[in-house]
Amino acid sequence: MRRFAWQSVLALLLCLAGATMLPLADAVTALPFTIARTGAIELLLLGSVVVTMSGVNRLGGAVLLLFTVHIAAFMLLGGIAGNEGAARPSFFCLLAAAWLLAWRLNVVLSRLKLENRGERSLQRLAIPALFGVWILILWEGITRGAGIPFVLLPPPTAIAARFASSLPILGADLVQTVFKAVLAGYVIGCGSGFVVAILADRVPFLRKGMLPIGNLVSALPIIGIAPIMVMWFGFDWQSKAAVVVVMTFFPMLVNTVAGLAASGHMERDLMRTYASSYWQTLFKLRLPAAAPFIFNALKINSTLALIGAIVAEFFGTPIVGMGFRISTEVGRMNIDMVWAEIAVAAVAGSVFYGVVAFVERAVTFWHPSIRGG
Amino acid sequence: MSVSAAAASAGNVARGAASVSSGATVVSARQLSLTFETNDGPVNALADIDLDVRKGEFVSFIGPSGCGKTTFLRVIADLEKPTSGTISVNGMTPEQARQKRAYGYVFQAAGLFPWRTIERNVTLPLEIMGYSSAEQAERVRRTLELVNLTGFEKKFPWQLSGGMQQRASIARALAFDADLLLMDEPFGALDEIVRDHLNSQLLELWARTNKTICFVTHSIPEAVYLSTKIVVMSPRPGRVTDMIESTLPKDRPLEIRETPEFLEIAHRVREGLRAGHSYED
Repeated sequence: MRRFAWQSVLALLLCLAGATMLPLADAVTALPFTIARTGAIELLLLGSVVVTMSGVNRLGGAVLLLFTVHIAAFMLLGGIAGNEGAARPSFFCLLAAAWLLAWRLNVVLSRLKLENRGERSLQRLAIPALFGVWILILWEGITRGAGIPFVLLPPPTAIAARFASSLPILGADLVQTVFKAVLAGYVIGCGSGFVVAILADRVPFLRKGMLPIGNLVSALPIIGIAPIMVMWFGFDWQSKAAVVVVMTFFPMLVNTVAGLAASGHMERDLMRTYASSYWQTLFKLRLPAAAPFIFNALKINSTLALIGAIVAEFFGTPIVGMGFRISTEVGRMNIDMVWAEIAVAAVAGSVFYGVVAFVERAVTFWHPSIRGG
Repeated sequence: MSVSAAAASAGNVARGAASVSSGATVVSARQLSLTFETNDGPVNALADIDLDVRKGEFVSFIGPSGCGKTTFLRVIADLEKPTSGTISVNGMTPEQARQKRAYGYVFQAAGLFPWRTIERNVTLPLEIMGYSSAEQAERVRRTLELVNLTGFEKKFPWQLSGGMQQRASIARALAFDADLLLMDEPFGALDEIVRDHLNSQLLELWARTNKTICFVTHSIPEAVYLSTKIVVMSPRPGRVTDMIESTLPKDRPLEIRETPEFLEIAHRVREGLRAGHSYED
């Protein structure tokens, strides 16, 4: 007898257990799960179990599974909406069964050996996407099913609804915080860190004097400097940019100084035999050799800058900005708005990091960590 | 000036055997000493070196590690400063010679820049020295042809074998037509077969360009096969123990290494190494 995957077996048991404990929810409101809906969910899940157990490990089986599991999951979620807190154990049994089947699907997907390049890149996208989608499905099912208080953790659909209805506010906050404070602070902070690193390299006493002070500045608590920057540069984005400058300056300085020392003795001797000037050696040898270090700093700073700007807005700001919105909406118990801002920050941070990483791949293509060996 | 003019045309004109003994002195060292101050006290890397290298010669420096052969090459290149004694390169101090780009230096490892293609690695010295881009393209074509790397212009160094990388680094040292080539164990990291091949290519190149070559090695057959003059050195302190003028003809097929004449010179080198070399244990 063939061995079945443990996810499939457990999902089957959960389906059967769920079936013995029907209905799925207490009929406290107008729209409990109808018999037809409950039956359809059970059938879809049992069908999915059969698909996973029948050894359909090819692309066709995976696509079929993708549909059956997710239709069942969305029927479960759709039924529980409006019946918050009314779910019975059978609901959670079926939700868990669907989750296990999706897990199985992801295992099958990650093992698929695809010939086509387009299919392969789709596969690379599908696996993390499925992972993320299931975090949201479980989050939605558990918060609604168990009736978790809204202020503790709102369900993702509520956050999405708030997101969609607050687009102009979120957009204005994004512009204020990211496109003004973060970008300006990032460019000035990284740029000055870079220039000072080159100065420190050129002038030895600066290297000895600057690095300890830079170290000290980086150790300053952001909670301490943010209000001072507001005093110095006013309530608008300039003070937030100043905080970002302080936060991003040091990582750039340290990494660039380390990078400038990264070129080998032999390569520097070679430049010397050409009677190459300081600046020629800098531009043709030392800066290219330092590029991996510089990009490390740029990547670290891309996330630091966003955190810095958002936190700095807690200490005085005009009535716009992501940090301002988070601090005021928490006070009003509008937790869904806070989550919407968090989502914006997550997307903005990821895109920022992604752009820097993309440029890095293009510039340091020659580095063993990127060309692979 | 006449030297550099001759060198400039050297790439185009294939030449016969250069008269070895009558050429002008390219490198001249008198009572040259160099002491490194280390944490374990002073180390006599070079002691009282007297040496002349004439134009068109192929001089090998051979000896065990620590005998100062690389250090001497680095003194010629102005990468180290002597503690006492005098040295002149093309009649100038090593520093002036370096500023005039009098020599090309080939290191133990190829040391190509991984972010530049082979072509752009060869143009590196030309960019620094301010050659026009038309001149750069012409010289890249010529020197890559000289080291048999035509067709690999657009490759990156890490896409090439170790032997090809080392040939590219030789092309880079040849690109700006310095008439003196300093080579520090350039083939030390390569296997025997590749090494034989590169040795005969190097001889061919030397015959075609009429350059003066100072070549550091610790391989006796390599030194005998390549050189017109072999300088045998010994360590602690680094000094010259024997200087052998080769009697081999300038035209040297690989089979010459089986001839009695070759073996005789090799024997003398080995004797020189043994005499000067006091193994501590």
